[in-house]
Amino acid sequence: MIEVEHVSKTYKVARRDAGFVNALRALWHRRVEEIRALDDISFTISDGEMVGYIGPNGAGKSSTIKVLSGVLTPDAGKCVVNGKVPWKERVEYVRHIGVVFGQRSGLWWDVPIIDSFELLKEIYKIPDTTYKDSLDELVTLLDLGKIVKTPARQLSLGQRMRCEIAAALLHRPELLFLDEPTIGLDAVSKLAVRDFVRRINVEHKTTVILTTHDMQDIEALTKRILLIGHGKILRDCSFEELKAEAEGVSGGSIDEIVAALYAKYHI
Amino acid sequence: MYLAFFKMKFLTGLQYRAAAAAGMATQFVWGIFGILLYKAFYETNASAFPMDFQALASYIWLQQAFLSLYFVWIFEEDIFQTITSGGVVYELCRPMDLYTMWFSRSVANRVSQAVLRCLPVLLFASILKRPYGIGLPVSIHAAFWFFISFFLALFTVVAFTMLIYISAFYTIQTNGIRTLAGGLVEFLSGATIPLPFLPDGVRTVVELLPLASMQNVPFRVYGGDLSGNEMYAKIALQLFWIIVMVMLGKWLTSRALRRVVVQGG
Repeated sequence: MIEVEHVSKTYKVARRDAGFVNALRALWHRRVEEIRALDDISFTISDGEMVGYIGPNGAGKSSTIKVLSGVLTPDAGKCVVNGKVPWKERVEYVRHIGVVFGQRSGLWWDVPIIDSFELLKEIYKIPDTTYKDSLDELVTLLDLGKIVKTPARQLSLGQRMRCEIAAALLHRPELLFLDEPTIGLDAVSKLAVRDFVRRINVEHKTTVILTTHDMQDIEALTKRILLIGHGKILRDCSFEELKAEAEGVSGGSIDEIVAALYAKYHI
Repeated sequence: MYLAFFKMKFLTGLQYRAAAAAGMATQFVWGIFGILLYKAFYETNASAFPMDFQALASYIWLQQAFLSLYFVWIFEEDIFQTITSGGVVYELCRPMDLYTMWFSRSVANRVSQAVLRCLPVLLFASILKRPYGIGLPVSIHAAFWFFISFFLALFTVVAFTMLIYISAFYTIQTNGIRTLAGGLVEFLSGATIPLPFLPDGVRTVVELLPLASMQNVPFRVYGGDLSGNEMYAKIALQLFWIIVMVMLGKWLTSRALRRVVVQGG
């Protein structure tokens, strides 16, 4: 159960105009602007749900995921996940969640994947039998048999992403946050990842929150959608409702529908 | 925990065999040059020499053998990168205190490198003719305290480097601090020349710094240059600096994390 109430987060961004003179001037006068990354966000997600979180770049998707995973401390608001406040009881809390940041790597670069997994086993203190079971399951479902003995640096993006997802699930978390898990993947890898996420959600009742720019991910996976823009939650509804709202858009491909929606909400 | 990280670092080390071999060769050469240089000084004026020559030779060989344990400029690039590129989000999603995790990782990193490299150097130094090779510890007593201060020195070094890692949360660009730390620390910790060689006035001050609690203590205990009450005082000082620097490091980390901005996306 995820409860988020009135969460806000502001970043300070140093800005200056281009050029050498302005760079020198900025040494003395730093113009700092505040950006509201999250502006009074509220939502509730129940156990076992799979929720898509969409919005244009810079809308606050990743910030929300970071708040939910205990990395960022918001300026204001309340957030309770399975009875815990993520950023306050971070160490105890993260034991129960798995996170994949599609644009970063949580694997050790130089050594074979399996060594990374073994280290995670120690870090999460996963019992031997649980570890073996979930490793077997993940290796089969994600087809990692051959890959696990290769160093992370020598894997293709698609192979590595499957390993990242496996790494996030070794300790059998109740919650899974996926921040752009299909970014840059080819069609085959995308389908494999989607298929796997669906199975995990159905078989282990894992709650999944997924951010993506790939609307086919959303269509294939989630019933419920949160639309965020300029740090505010704009819509909380099903994908069909969202589609209906943008009815009559010329062409009608999913991306065009979403673009029309973004235009409608001025984001 | 230490063990898991140790294993990981050791495996990484094995993955890059050429680097280990090259490092070892460098240490042989440095050791030999060091000894020859001091021999020239010693022959010119033995009475102006502040250390027993055998103690000095042991000092130099220990220094070369355990280079990776005590040289401050052996930073873990990963940690700097993690902070400046925002990869720290993953570290924060692990059920461990960040300071403890990085501390144990640094210790593991240094120990695993030393294990790979120390034996050939020590072996080579022990077959060299006296007083140019490494001697045995002067007594069992000295051996015991060498062992204690050996680990305290390692923790002092790591606690110190932790402060530099953490500074990356505040400055992003750490080259300045690292260059400064590299040169100054090396000199003030007794890595360039053993601290007894410094002029007396400077030495009194330098010996109180945390930097003097690094290799300076165990290597001099080993050769018998440091013993009795002076030795106990130095070891107590090591403990003192470890506690102070760890507490400072933990405080700075938790402060940094409260206002952490994860860079990029």
